[in-house]
Amino acid sequence: MGYFLRKLGFYVVALWAALTVNFLIPRLMPGDPVDLLLAKLGQRGPVTPETRHSIEVLLGTDSHRSLWSQYAGYLHNLAVGDLGVSVTFFPAQVTTIIAQTLPWTIGLIGLATVISFFVGVGLGTLAGWKRGSWLDNVIPVTTMFQAVPYFWLALILLFALGSLWPVFPLNGGYDVYNVTPGWNGAFLGSVLYYGTLPALTIILSSFGGWMLGMRNMMVSTLSDDYMVTAEAKGLRPGRIMRRYAARNAVLPSISGFAISLGFVVAGSIVTEAVFSYPGIGSALLQAVGGNDYALMQGIFLVITLSVLGANLLVDILYSVIDPRTRARA
Amino acid sequence: MSARVPVPRTAKLRAGLVIGGFIVLFGLLGPLVVQDPSRVDDIGLTGPGGGHWLGTTQTGQDVLAQLAYATRGSLTVGAVVGVLTLLLSAFFGIVGAYAGGWVDEAFSLFTNVMLVIPGLPLVIVISSYVPDKSLLLVSLVLSLTGWAGSARVLRGYTLSLRNRDYVLASRVAGERRWRILGVEILPNLIPLLASQVVFAVIFAILGEAGLSYLGLGASGSFTWGTMLYYAQNGLALRLGAWWWFIPPGLLLALFGAALSLVNFSIDEVINPKLRDQTRAARRGWRMSRAQLEKAKEATL
Repeated sequence: MGYFLRKLGFYVVALWAALTVNFLIPRLMPGDPVDLLLAKLGQRGPVTPETRHSIEVLLGTDSHRSLWSQYAGYLHNLAVGDLGVSVTFFPAQVTTIIAQTLPWTIGLIGLATVISFFVGVGLGTLAGWKRGSWLDNVIPVTTMFQAVPYFWLALILLFALGSLWPVFPLNGGYDVYNVTPGWNGAFLGSVLYYGTLPALTIILSSFGGWMLGMRNMMVSTLSDDYMVTAEAKGLRPGRIMRRYAARNAVLPSISGFAISLGFVVAGSIVTEAVFSYPGIGSALLQAVGGNDYALMQGIFLVITLSVLGANLLVDILYSVIDPRTRARA
Repeated sequence: MSARVPVPRTAKLRAGLVIGGFIVLFGLLGPLVVQDPSRVDDIGLTGPGGGHWLGTTQTGQDVLAQLAYATRGSLTVGAVVGVLTLLLSAFFGIVGAYAGGWVDEAFSLFTNVMLVIPGLPLVIVISSYVPDKSLLLVSLVLSLTGWAGSARVLRGYTLSLRNRDYVLASRVAGERRWRILGVEILPNLIPLLASQVVFAVIFAILGEAGLSYLGLGASGSFTWGTMLYYAQNGLALRLGAWWWFIPPGLLLALFGAALSLVNFSIDEVINPKLRDQTRAARRGWRMSRAQLEKAKEATL
């Protein structure tokens, strides 16, 4: 139990740090975001004093209050789920926009990352098991894919498969003209069709890293004594590879998976920019383009929260797979 | 006791150094010989040929000249972030792990918190508050959000080093703590530090390119990312102007690949198990048919 409490404690600290960073950034930066925001809001319609107050609490520069009382007000607003009003999508609440866009991102990027992880780890296991085989020699090529900047690879694939040979649609999350969103077959099929190319680019650019890491761990594991024992017992090679070698070699990859989740969300911003995908990354970019600070802060918060949550999940999972982590703590 | 690390002079290392070296030379010397990259010409978007080896952009700017300045810009970002990441991660990783106790606890907590806060969104949020960014500011933000991973790796390795027998021996011998850190531990960390710096440089150059591609990079400067951003905005893809968007992406990919190749070789220095195990190497161990016959005869 001590292990879980320790982990939980860490994530509470991390959450507090993220909230505080989110609070401090607009207050430490030059310029006055509140006036900018209010001017923009004013163009869309009358600004009520409550809105003004809410924005001031969110972004600071409320000069007649101390930093501490601003901080308390900010935490209170968060606790009741008030993230302010968006300028770009006026008069929608920031929370509404996040609720609309988040499922798209989690669906596309989450699924693509999981597929990439399994493909990479599977191929890495084989490459490490048969060291020096053709699969092993492919590894430098797959790492080249990683060195290629992601958005460039995506652009070229989009150019080839979207414009030259129009196999896939150029942008968007589903066919806006012919299907209606909802739980029907046509819509789901359209979502799958529109999501294939973005998912493909993510998998192509990221599975090489998993493959290399897994391959190197396999190579290290294979020289351990218990592998010799397993072979001496006369176990079938397939069983040795899966139950003895891969099972132990996959542990660092799993903890790497937790760390990579942060980069997943980061990557989603670029992916969604290239494919104009209606996810949270596109919303963040629109917020940045329109100086929509409330939406920006809200999205940053949600991204941080989901990364922390995913990390916590993987940490718990890891302690179940590898009992040594619990013993050490 | 700086142990000389045997650097395997493999084909990978050689290829990486040659490609990387050429790109660095291009970034250093290129801007001295090309024309002004911002000079507008009335010839518009033209393909390679004539006075312009790599063609021109839609406002008639020379792509080769832009590429030379962009290479210099991107490499500058990489170098600055590499140095800053080295300093930050070494401080929080090595010093923390070596000092131990509450210093280690605090440093490690700080590192882990920085690690779970997503980097790129933070960079985007910070840079959207600053309208006029210099290349240096972008590098600073990139290194502030990117050092935590390598600090964690360094901490793990330092923890295992500080309990090795020779370190304990030098402590018993009465060496001062800073001397132990600088002379006994640090030299053994050099390969690991090198590979972390190489990673940081790749991360920085790709990160800057991504940021610029989103239109959030340094204003008024040339990097591979800003070139791609302008190419994308100038509809280079739709117009089929490959000479505009292929070269910067290709240089990025080549430089990244070159650094990865260098890193492979460093990995083989750190982890000897990865060394000499390719199929080609193992073929070398096999006995020839004549040797086999001879061995058979000898045993019979």
